Amino acid sequence: MAALATAVADAEAPAPQQAAGGRRTFPVWRWVIMLVAAAYFLIPLYSALRFAGFKAFTQVTSYPSFGTAFALSLRLAVIATVLTLVLMVPTTVYVYLRLPRIRRLLEAITILPIVIPPIVLIIGVLRLAPGFLKGTPNLLGLEYVVLAMPFAYRSLDAGLRSFDVKTLVEASNSLGAGWPTTLWRVVIPNLRTAMLSATVLTVALVLGEYTMASLDNFQTFPVWIVNFEQNSGPVSVAASLLALFVTWLLLMLIVTVGSRSSRKRGGAQVTLFSVSTATVGRTVGEPE
Amino acid sequence: MTTNTAAGTATDLGQAPESGAPVRIQALSRSFGIVRALDGLSLDIAPGELVALLGPSGCGKTTALRIVAGFESADSGSVSVDGKDIAAVPAARRDMGMVFQSYSLFPNMTAQDNVGFGLRMRKLNSASRTKKAGELLEMVGLSAQARQYPHQLSGGQQQRVALARALAIEPRVLLLDEPLSALDAKVRLQLREQIKTLQQRLGTTTLFVTHDQEEALSMADRVGVMREGRLEQIATPSELYSRPASVFVAEFVGTMNRLPGEYAGLDEVSVLGAVVPVAGDRPSGLAGVVDVLVRPEGLTVDEVPSGNGIVTGLTFLGSLTRVSVRLSGDVEVKVDKPSTAAVGLVPGTSVQVSLAGAEPVLVATRT
Repeated sequence: MAALATAVADAEAPAPQQAAGGRRTFPVWRWVIMLVAAAYFLIPLYSALRFAGFKAFTQVTSYPSFGTAFALSLRLAVIATVLTLVLMVPTTVYVYLRLPRIRRLLEAITILPIVIPPIVLIIGVLRLAPGFLKGTPNLLGLEYVVLAMPFAYRSLDAGLRSFDVKTLVEASNSLGAGWPTTLWRVVIPNLRTAMLSATVLTVALVLGEYTMASLDNFQTFPVWIVNFEQNSGPVSVAASLLALFVTWLLLMLIVTVGSRSSRKRGGAQVTLFSVSTATVGRTVGEPE
Repeated sequence: MTTNTAAGTATDLGQAPESGAPVRIQALSRSFGIVRALDGLSLDIAPGELVALLGPSGCGKTTALRIVAGFESADSGSVSVDGKDIAAVPAARRDMGMVFQSYSLFPNMTAQDNVGFGLRMRKLNSASRTKKAGELLEMVGLSAQARQYPHQLSGGQQQRVALARALAIEPRVLLLDEPLSALDAKVRLQLREQIKTLQQRLGTTTLFVTHDQEEALSMADRVGVMREGRLEQIATPSELYSRPASVFVAEFVGTMNRLPGEYAGLDEVSVLGAVVPVAGDRPSGLAGVVDVLVRPEGLTVDEVPSGNGIVTGLTFLGSLTRVSVRLSGDVEVKVDKPSTAAVGLVPGTSVQVSLAGAEPVLVATRT
């Protein structure tokens, strides 16, 4: 009996050691990667904070144009998001179910806004836009719909792949639901996560977009920051940081509100980490 | 070949419950590109009858079901329910309950809401929906799971909810598309019985598609064996087993031995030293040396020194033991023997295999 126990102990002994060894070496790399990544993101933020100083933050909010610029950006974000979802959700679902052959084509079309330089897009839009839209921020909103298309399409396409849409749609049809009801009650609730990430990406894009807005002569928030930089460096940097913070807060709000019910049902979630890093790149990176 | 004796008797005897509707499928054809999925399929289903379409994958059985459901359209031919052609009726208005192979429950709804979905589409108010859904969930034994979401249910439970959902709308026809194939064996057996019991109780006309012969034979009133888009034979399970109309059906349903034989006359073959009549018409081009088809219970095996075969294996099946024997000429056959009589047999035993009777046999080209 004793011999058996020793034998068992001997046999088992190396295993925990190996496991412990594995635990010791692997996390080191994990920490190094984490630290490097954190440094990459946090050092610029910290430097910006140092450069701006605390006083600059109170100054920023006292400018009346800050409020208008920010309100305009929010308005554009809402227009772009709503239109993007209204246009892209039915289109993507329809193509996915009924015209799978043109999926490649659609993929190619949706990538165009990334490939075509903004200046070309702007000239095209200005030529084609009907008179009543020209000079209104709504036109810029429409341009953002185009810009958001690649991101929205990919989010939605990935979402459609994540469950058996075809069977669910057929089940819904056989139970007596027509197309609009099926879309509203069956497809959209299960596309929630995908629509959420499309929303987050669209909002992040609109809140950070500079080129189009400035070419179109609109004082959106990023344009305001750049214009302001010429007057006062610290205030402009403070505004960037504020923008970053507000955007992050907004996205966190969207994600929390949007995924609450999906979490209850065990659905997939959009993680905030990926969202927040994407935003840092956009809001700080582009205008400067 | 498409006999409808069962259909006739069911209506004549007045056994057909009111909810079931007769279904008539006539000369249905459908091609996908160059592939002919359906090639003139005709089938009559009596009210309240459960017909299974059985066949290997690609035989067109699923296409037939999907055309009846309204998810596909036929190139030619017609489907009528209650005597009315339904070609122009969209799937949503066909009143057909369908249970799919994969889990098709709406993930965003509880079991109860899934079952109530069809009722909601029929504008029932919330209270009566809850009541009806509750009744149906009770019927499939899932009252306790009413408020759970599909991901909280096991595979078998999900399919039972799917069945309750399909039955909730009191469908004129119930369509089952391999509803058990994704489940494990034990659950499959339970659910098989549950479906059959419910179907009989409600008297819903049912079309059931499967590639599992055991499932088809144990559940269906009649089984239609399909091959290359056509019905090869449709008959009751026992008739299909004992009097297969073709070599394909004979070999697809149940276990079948192929024994070397030879034509001994116009309608007779000699096999294992006996001369027996050939069933059905003599297939054209068949003469001389052929394969004779005999089921394991159609053969006997006895321990004999220097017999015509050697036992290679034994499978205990309860009251019967299936004996595998290698005959001279390297032919492997399976013979069923009462287990009590098979005691002395071990692999290596020399045995004599012979025909149990002089029933007509099917013959096929020698392979």
